[in-house]
Amino acid sequence: MKQSLTLGKVTKFMGLGFLSSFKDLFTGKLEKEDYKAFLRKVIVPIASVLLFIGLWHLGAKSLYNVEAEFRIEKALNEQGQAAADEMAACIASGDISCQPNTLPSPSQVWASFQSLLKDHALISADKAAFIEKTAALNEKRVAEGKDAIVYTGRPSFVDQIFRSLKTVFAGFFLALLIAVPLGIFIGLSPTLKSAFNWFIQIFKPVSPVVWYLLVFMIVKTLLIDSSEDSSFSISFIAVGLCSMWATLVNTSMGVSSVDKDYINVAKVLKLGNFQKVFKVVLPSSLPLIFTGLKITLSVAWMVLIAIELLAQSPGLGLFVWEEFQNGANDSNAKIIVAMFVIGIIGFLLDRLMLAIQNWVSFEKTDAI
Amino acid sequence: MSTFITDTAKTAHNGIFPSNEVMLDLKDLKKVYPTPKGDYVVLEHLNLQIRKEEFVTIIGHSGCGKTTMLSMIAGLNPISGGNISVLGKHIKGPGPDRGVIFQAPSLMPWMTALQNVMLGVNQVFPHATKGQRNDIAKYYLQKVGLEDAFNKRASDLSQGMQQRVGIARAFAIKPKVLLLDEPFGMLDSLTRGELQDILIEIWNKEKITAVMITHDVDEAIFLADRVVMMTSGPRAKIGDVLDIDFERPRSRKSVLEHDDYYKYRKHLIDFLEH
Repeated sequence: MKQSLTLGKVTKFMGLGFLSSFKDLFTGKLEKEDYKAFLRKVIVPIASVLLFIGLWHLGAKSLYNVEAEFRIEKALNEQGQAAADEMAACIASGDISCQPNTLPSPSQVWASFQSLLKDHALISADKAAFIEKTAALNEKRVAEGKDAIVYTGRPSFVDQIFRSLKTVFAGFFLALLIAVPLGIFIGLSPTLKSAFNWFIQIFKPVSPVVWYLLVFMIVKTLLIDSSEDSSFSISFIAVGLCSMWATLVNTSMGVSSVDKDYINVAKVLKLGNFQKVFKVVLPSSLPLIFTGLKITLSVAWMVLIAIELLAQSPGLGLFVWEEFQNGANDSNAKIIVAMFVIGIIGFLLDRLMLAIQNWVSFEKTDAI
Repeated sequence: MSTFITDTAKTAHNGIFPSNEVMLDLKDLKKVYPTPKGDYVVLEHLNLQIRKEEFVTIIGHSGCGKTTMLSMIAGLNPISGGNISVLGKHIKGPGPDRGVIFQAPSLMPWMTALQNVMLGVNQVFPHATKGQRNDIAKYYLQKVGLEDAFNKRASDLSQGMQQRVGIARAFAIKPKVLLLDEPFGMLDSLTRGELQDILIEIWNKEKITAVMITHDVDEAIFLADRVVMMTSGPRAKIGDVLDIDFERPRSRKSVLEHDDYYKYRKHLIDFLEH
């Protein structure tokens, strides 16, 4: 049975069904009765986005004015009328040295986004040139048994995104490898369940920051002889430990609550333990396991930012922190750009998990 | 009580019943559920003998303990007193010598129809080749009219088709005793009739000793050699046994037109109404 995968099916599968309304609009396939649905599904979201940007713009403007007035007032009180006039003129001219530092407006954020992309293009070109330049030398060094020279320049914003994704997936797979097998054992055995229950209940609510510190204490000592930078290991292990609880709880719940009918069938057929677990228990708890994994991935992405920030591990978290410390006039705008990027990637990761869940499980779950 | 059943068993079918060998023997069976207010006795002093190649239906009011009895025979529910033996051997827990068709089809929804049947076949015929096991599973699926649905996932099948797979799965493991717990209770009357025909057609071929619980008086008469009536609980036991002397193979039409049909029907309904 081969099914042709149309764009519509793929988008619907990923829970992005609203996109197909656009396609219908452009291909003129929209029926009259669909207009109401179209209005609700397409026009209303677009309108709400525009409204959001509008309110943001007005809010940013009024905050800007508050800050500007405060600066002028301060100049007036401390240095007199001339300084105040000078400050007002400086602010009006848009000079960087005296710009009010507050919530950036939508247009500033957009400009920062573009400048970050430009910066990425520059750095990529620089990196490519470096690699080209050192290619011959590196070949020689490798032949001599020495380490190759690597590019050590500043990472671009896009590099940071990929670095963060790498960390989050490493953490996610660590969580999967620990939580799924452990959850299965706990779900199968009431003894193990009571052995681990206190452990789960106590450690589940612990803050990511504390997990990071715990992992830091352990990994730092373990890698004491290693010259390598341990920040990546520390951050992905901490991410994994923070985020694995949802999968652990869901897996054990799924395994221990398999439909009694299925268990009876397995008993009547006298299936062995191995067969029972792999043919009956696991498939039937897959939907719950995947619900857990979905939560795990979104939690992992959420705590990642905080942990990267603490671990000084390159990525979006560190980017945000550095921009905050940097305090340049477009730093705030860059932080907001990072916020949107984090949100959008989190959303896409969630959809990705939903697609995988629909793919493997026998119950079709609809996106909300 | 038990002598009464043995006596009727001997006289039944004018002595032409193929075998008088006892396949399933329930002796003084008892089931007690402890509750905070003291023990609740579901079944007590329940005696029943079922011969080889006999089809027995069990009828009684809801909650009288029919399903409890059946799941005890299946080995899924522990026995509180007395014993159950298959061919003279006391049962210990569940096993594939007693196949069960559950009220809900209880198929693994993530498996295809064929995989569901194979799950049992692989278990019971471990020494057969893969091809032979496949043939067994396919044979029974064909018998229940699912030759076009081998590779359909169970979750994509209708209730009626799922129960057909349940029938194929139970017969394919060639049990000594087949236990049916109101297998058609959840189906509409048309589908129910269809499935009764399919069940009795396979059964005529295989002649596996069968115990079936039903609420449906007509179903009980149409399928059975003997209808066992249970008294209402608590402390339920066998209230009455009715021999159905229709010839086999039976057709629905000939059964309905038989002079004794309404006599049997009245007997059962009288029992249930008192």
